[in-house]
Amino acid sequence: MTEPQSSIRPYGDRLNDGAVQLSFSLPMSLSARSREAAKSIAGRLGLDRIRLISALDLGNGFSYYILYGTTAVEIDGQAIHLTDVERPLLDFWRINHLLEFELKKRVTVVGATIGTDAHTVGLDAILNAKGFGGESGLERYPQFRVVNLGAQVPPEEVLEITREEPVDVLLISQVVTQRNAHLENLTLLAEMLEAEGTRQDLLLICGGPYIDSQVALEVGFDAAFGPGTTPLAVASLIVEELLRKTR
Amino acid sequence: MRLPISTEKVRHCRQLAASIAQEVEAEISPLSTVSVERSLLRLVGIEGANQENVPLVNCFIDHIARQRALEDGALYWLGNAILATGESPQSIGERVGAGSLDLVRLPRQPRPAIEKLCRGIVQDTLATLLGKRQQRRKMEENLPRTPPPWLYVIVATGNIYDDIEQAKAAAEKGADAVAVIRSTAQSLLDYVPEGITTEGFGGTFATGANYRLMRGALDEASRQSNRYVRQVNYCSGLCMAEIAALGVLEGLDILVNDALYGILFRDLNMIRTMVDQHFSRYLLGLFDTIIVTGEDNLIKTIDAFEEYPIVLVSQFINEQLAKNAGMREERIGLGHAAELDPALEDSFLWELVQAQLVRQLFPRSPVKFMPPTRYKSGNIFFAHVLDTLFNLVSVWTEQAIVLLGMPTEAIHTPYVQDRYLSLESALHVRRAAGALGRELRFQPNGQGAARARQLLAKTEESLTRIAEEGLWNSLSSGAFSAIRRTRHGGRGYDGVFRKGQFYLNPFLDREVVRRARRGEEA
Repeated sequence: MTEPQSSIRPYGDRLNDGAVQLSFSLPMSLSARSREAAKSIAGRLGLDRIRLISALDLGNGFSYYILYGTTAVEIDGQAIHLTDVERPLLDFWRINHLLEFELKKRVTVVGATIGTDAHTVGLDAILNAKGFGGESGLERYPQFRVVNLGAQVPPEEVLEITREEPVDVLLISQVVTQRNAHLENLTLLAEMLEAEGTRQDLLLICGGPYIDSQVALEVGFDAAFGPGTTPLAVASLIVEELLRKTR
Repeated sequence: MRLPISTEKVRHCRQLAASIAQEVEAEISPLSTVSVERSLLRLVGIEGANQENVPLVNCFIDHIARQRALEDGALYWLGNAILATGESPQSIGERVGAGSLDLVRLPRQPRPAIEKLCRGIVQDTLATLLGKRQQRRKMEENLPRTPPPWLYVIVATGNIYDDIEQAKAAAEKGADAVAVIRSTAQSLLDYVPEGITTEGFGGTFATGANYRLMRGALDEASRQSNRYVRQVNYCSGLCMAEIAALGVLEGLDILVNDALYGILFRDLNMIRTMVDQHFSRYLLGLFDTIIVTGEDNLIKTIDAFEEYPIVLVSQFINEQLAKNAGMREERIGLGHAAELDPALEDSFLWELVQAQLVRQLFPRSPVKFMPPTRYKSGNIFFAHVLDTLFNLVSVWTEQAIVLLGMPTEAIHTPYVQDRYLSLESALHVRRAAGALGRELRFQPNGQGAARARQLLAKTEESLTRIAEEGLWNSLSSGAFSAIRRTRHGGRGYDGVFRKGQFYLNPFLDREVVRRARRGEEA
């Protein structure tokens, strides 16, 4: 279909029908009153023509609702401001070629999941040769030298590595974000590098399923990656940024 | 729905695992650890913390370690102190914690007197705890049974009181087992924190107080739902033995307990871990508690199709180590997971073959089957499809304990509705597909049978190599998940010690156990 440019509304099965599906739970036992409460919440959210199509008892005084409604909200597609610029992805050969002949060096990438976080699935997906989503990980690129420090690395240890090795890129993974544990870790690391005077010598990147890239940039990172990121996206960014720095 | 596999090969795999475990056994039997010793103190009744909030059992062990008296073990010094002062274990623990009692300077009592006293204390302790365990088994037996598999869900709010509300809702809607996710990184703490958790990171701490609260709630839920609801928590880590002791004291039904997981994924020292797992499993075996192992974590770090045999290798080794610690096969729940890439052609068939193979290799094990996590990306609807197929594999292959996948895996800890939707799907599949395994068969010369034979052959090869190299060397050379660990590296090695000439641990004494079982007075 031809994409509307200025006036955009949610689409169910007709242009501008404004169809929205919604589900949530309430701390109420299922009853006529709880059903009305659910509809009322949908109404307060601004939905019209609300249809409560399923209401389920979840046990122990909880209940669950699935609703449909329509919204009159309309967005101007041209006025949307993007913080994350969509960058074109390079391919495996191009990346190695650029590193070898333009940057003229083998790039050392140090990866770590810092703080108490023990989840390395994301970090491994990007770094391990096996990769993710059908793409090879950074280890498989001849022009990357990968040091994967693994899980639960104290920020101090990351700092120590930057003293001992010629690190070009630090890749920090954070999965646990409850009570903003990740923000403290990321801020601390950025500050420690700043204090050390080595912050400008390296590319500082973080990633994780719940990382807000705006916030990551604010605490001093160069880039942040969200869920579903593949190794190629990370490798492409590294190449571009390192080349940009040398220009 | 059996796979045609060579029983000779299976037997050979078991023999190889036995020889691997034998080497470990020989090395660890003269050793103990600070965590094992603290678990002994907890079992004989020392609980609580001092004014600085250091657990009394840690104060006790640190106190004797500082005076280079650790090699004689906790019970020797406790026994000596009881004879010398006439006080109770708790009172001695409190005084050591407050710094007002020096255990090593007390007049030394004769070793036979100390041993006699400790054997009596341990026999009484065991008799009381075994009695409590028996009562719990009675409660379970008196409630109607649900058909297999047990449906296992997690709660993970970080606040034990919220966890309880969600656990009760899950129990009401069909959960057979509830695990409270443990706070991130507790496995790295060399002590068990005290008290109730209301603000945990990614879970609550495994503490006696949290265990007690949840146990009470689940017992109430069991009565209300007319179905026994099992309590699950996590042993693995530096306090493996201590948490096992807490599990026994507080009446937990299932403990996650893996011999290799801490070494591979938490960088715990291998010798420390082997000593700790041995005693923790011995203890859980005594009280006939189910353990579940962590091969599901191993699968997440490898290519789940190509490298799958290492999962079977780990299961054979875990089984043998647990048996050496005195556990019976019916209580060794080996871990397993469905983590194949859904983009893989015939992935459902391969999951079915792998799940069936595990059932056949370990027919008595209450295998813990774990859901897909790796290829869940935020599309909650597709995730629910994956979980439903997973449920079908689990029912079809008659798994014993199934951890339910959540549509919101990879997004957040489960919302109350996520758990409900998962239970609804699993209950439906259990009802709809329970007879499949009895009705359908694998083609004797089909792809599934060929895959099973190939997996078993590769497992045998790997086990042969590990048996030749030895487990310690294999862990150093990256045989598991390409992770390399050194014999004396990793966390917690400083907590390992060689038992001295006065060392005693009557919990290991068959005669003491036998008497306690018969309910004899000490």
